Amino acid sequence: MQTQTVKIVVTGPFNSGKTELIRSVSEIDVVSTEKKVSSEREMVKESTTVAMDFGRITVDDDLVLFLFGTPGQKRFDFMWEILSEGMLGFIVMIDSTRPETFKEARSILETFHAYAPTPYLVAANKQDLPDAWDIDDIRLALRLDKNIKILSCIAKKKSSVKTVLLELLYSILEEMDKNH
Amino acid sequence: MALKGNIRDFSILQLLNLINLATKTGALYVEGPESNSRVVFRDGKLSFAEFSENGKQLLQQLVEHEALSATQVAPIAARHATPNDKEMGIFLLNAGYLSQEQILSTLEQVYADVVRQLFSWQEGFFHFETGELTPVEKIPVRLDLENLIIEGARQTQELEELKSELPSLEMALKFTDRPGMNIRDVNLSVEEWRVVNYVNPKNTIQQIAKATQLNDLEIRRVVYALLQAGLVELVRASGAPAVLPQKMFPTKDPVEQKSLVNRLINKIRSI
Repeated sequence: MQTQTVKIVVTGPFNSGKTELIRSVSEIDVVSTEKKVSSEREMVKESTTVAMDFGRITVDDDLVLFLFGTPGQKRFDFMWEILSEGMLGFIVMIDSTRPETFKEARSILETFHAYAPTPYLVAANKQDLPDAWDIDDIRLALRLDKNIKILSCIAKKKSSVKTVLLELLYSILEEMDKNH
Repeated sequence: MALKGNIRDFSILQLLNLINLATKTGALYVEGPESNSRVVFRDGKLSFAEFSENGKQLLQQLVEHEALSATQVAPIAARHATPNDKEMGIFLLNAGYLSQEQILSTLEQVYADVVRQLFSWQEGFFHFETGELTPVEKIPVRLDLENLIIEGARQTQELEELKSELPSLEMALKFTDRPGMNIRDVNLSVEEWRVVNYVNPKNTIQQIAKATQLNDLEIRRVVYALLQAGLVELVRASGAPAVLPQKMFPTKDPVEQKSLVNRLINKIRSI
């Protein structure tokens, strides 16, 4: 029997922790297409994802989950539509300590939702850092509907990432129940 | 070489800049998705502009810009009905209704408004007919383009910012569930009230824009203000396609789809 594949997209602004999230749960080394950061504004880290990150979780012999991380910089947004095609759902990562990126996160969220109206949630990363904004404040800043889940997340911790993925899958089940 | 293309690739602002710098004479035709326009330039200055489907006559333009009242215009239109704006202009001058300056300054506003509306167009084929002048029956003006270009640059920047706040006009709006809030107590502009009348999860923002005759920039401006004020929130339009797109799953069978998600859940729990 041919292996079935499904995908979840991890998106969010530059340096929000998308690659790290995928790395935490992927069974393969994340295939990352990184490039030295060129813009001064984005010099908070040395390299950034320019095409996509790619992680894999093999469920069983005939089902594989792929995790795709989108490039975080706006100039690569031409990739977003391609990556969003056929996705099961998506995770919008935000850096809880960098409110200057919230506006962009909101824009990315709406863009992805327009491409594919699949379930999604917001993962508020770096909640272990002292400057992290409260989840409730981030919800207000992102103008998130009360029905949209926003979860505290630490992308480098596998347990935290598992919770995020599970919550997204629960949302997908809920949507399926509503539709059938 | 012919000056033609799509404003998606070469914007109205860039075209105006080129016409201004090259002091061109000719007519710029733009075919938008819902409207067509003609803008005529002479020696790099704005001479005439109109939307072809609602080409208005001088009397109507003067009333709309409050240079003449409707009461003044009714007997003039009855006695001197002419489609020729130049003839009408001469009559208005000779009869002492308006001065030449008043007529020309009103027309400058009319033509500049057409160009301002063009700034918000994102898509449309254009071609420039070199040497074509203002139609003989119309009154030309000589308006410098610099101020319009600066205005257009500001408008373009604002549109870019609003687009990053509100990327899709296919979303709908609904009133926020805030206890104690009464929209009647809020001071809204006329445009905001017009949009508020159509707030309903069934109407996309695009549909509201069409119903209220607001262009891309205007509707985004109004919706952004309403969102910032916390009066409305974005929702998926209720008439939009089913929540779950077809391609999400490798199978179309709902039972298999559910089983697939449950297998994923079990796997992730076990990692």
